Amino acid sequence: MHPAPSVIIFSTMSGIGFGLLVWLGLGHPGVTGFSAFVFFVVAYLLAVGGLIASATHLGHPERALKAFTQWRSSWLSREGICAVAALIVMAIYGMGLVFFGSRWGFIGLIGAVLSLGTVFTTAMIYTQLKTVPRWNHYTTPAMFLAFCVSGGALLAGQWSEAFWLLLLTAALQVLVWVRGDTALAQSGTNLATATGLGNMGGVRPFEAPHTGPNYLLREFAFQIGRKHAQTLRIIAFVLAFVLPLLIILLPFNHFLAGVAVISHIAGVFASRWLFFAQAEHVVGLYYGARSV
Amino acid sequence: MTTLPTSTQKKLGLVIDLDTCVGCHACVVSCKGWNTENYGAPLSDQDPYGAVPSGTFLNRVHSYEVQPEQGQAALVHFPKSCLHCEDAPCVTVCPTGASYKRVEDGIVLVNESDCIGCGLCAWACPYGAREMDAEEKVMKKCTLCVDRIYNENLPEVDRVPACVRTCPAGARHFGDFADPESNVSILTAERGGMDLMPEQGTKPVNKYLPPRERDRSEDVDILAPFLDPVASEPKGFMGWLDKALSTMPGGQ
Repeated sequence: MHPAPSVIIFSTMSGIGFGLLVWLGLGHPGVTGFSAFVFFVVAYLLAVGGLIASATHLGHPERALKAFTQWRSSWLSREGICAVAALIVMAIYGMGLVFFGSRWGFIGLIGAVLSLGTVFTTAMIYTQLKTVPRWNHYTTPAMFLAFCVSGGALLAGQWSEAFWLLLLTAALQVLVWVRGDTALAQSGTNLATATGLGNMGGVRPFEAPHTGPNYLLREFAFQIGRKHAQTLRIIAFVLAFVLPLLIILLPFNHFLAGVAVISHIAGVFASRWLFFAQAEHVVGLYYGARSV
Repeated sequence: MTTLPTSTQKKLGLVIDLDTCVGCHACVVSCKGWNTENYGAPLSDQDPYGAVPSGTFLNRVHSYEVQPEQGQAALVHFPKSCLHCEDAPCVTVCPTGASYKRVEDGIVLVNESDCIGCGLCAWACPYGAREMDAEEKVMKKCTLCVDRIYNENLPEVDRVPACVRTCPAGARHFGDFADPESNVSILTAERGGMDLMPEQGTKPVNKYLPPRERDRSEDVDILAPFLDPVASEPKGFMGWLDKALSTMPGGQ
């Protein structure tokens, strides 16, 4: 799949922003007044900034309100509703913390659940696609949620929780990579089933329908070299997990804490880029991509 | 509404005969011609006369080589457009309700004034049947020429999709799959019409007829006897000439 910057920025920033909102909603850290204000500003900048980035990839963003109507069938519609609900509920909760110095725990809990729900619905947009076998698996929402709560814990300064959550996320990330590499082959979809010609013999593309590029090739046939992918995986893993975990083990220091957060976010960017760049859409088979 | 109808009164669709298709791309051209000036936004081209031309098409013809374990390879031309699936994944993912499947005839359409151009329906389609128009920023797809098939301003013979009307080889057939007596149902039953990517669970309405088995070399030996030498041992005058020439220098 084409790794569109707007979608990668959206899912990375919003994921961590909503992760921070989850921790704030649960009262960790139990901040009020000005420090609560700072935490909420950071969380909203990330979450809303990500949502705005995602809107730039729409062909007609002026019609975006229509996307709230089809929650009965569409995960994208559910995501929009969940995101707006989470932001409204958390704004009410944040108002209590910042202006009244009181923590309305029940509202915070609802906001935390809605924030998790937003990340879950985002993940389900990808998970539901049978056309992308690498994504069509329960490990996709598990990984998105793990990234969300571990990144949120890091940003919320919940060191001990962040440590164990980062370990868990790292394990999930490795599982997702290892399973993903064989997902297309195991899906049973190949050029033989795509053309229905498999029982005549071995099928091989002879001539493409067009000599130039088209929407399908630009959107779905993106391929990166195996060597580059492995290097990027190592970079993503070190930045997202190894470095932050080492910093957590060191004595606390505000500068290093900032380094841990920035390193983690950079690592998630790399991981999310690979999530799209390595995903194989079955329509590529018609064009001879990844034929075996 | 992007939930799918539980059943449709008709199941309009195409039968594409892979045995007959000659790969001329006439259906591609007629599709683009009709659909760029009728239903919905035109099908735009980018850089059409430049170095890297690209454009929106609703129908494209691939070509594949099939190599059986024994014998010669076959070349199969493979037209591909929307299959108007019964369980269309492109419809249910749509967040705005722009994508829908019609209850009356099962045609999958896009209401372009509701489309936000998010592209998720194209992601959900395993067949590459949907293309985002780079100019209009809305999703385009085969309409089964909904503006031809019911159009009483056209002569009756033209009330079929443009690709079917234009095919010089008769490789494309249009009809109602819900009617077991229709031309397309009979063709599908007689020729073993198949689904593309059945494992994706989309239940395509359009069917593909597999190429017929090719004649093998021992079966086409009708003319071979005429190619045998007429006389292996020349007799009479020809025999004398053969002998006389063999005694000359250079003869044998």
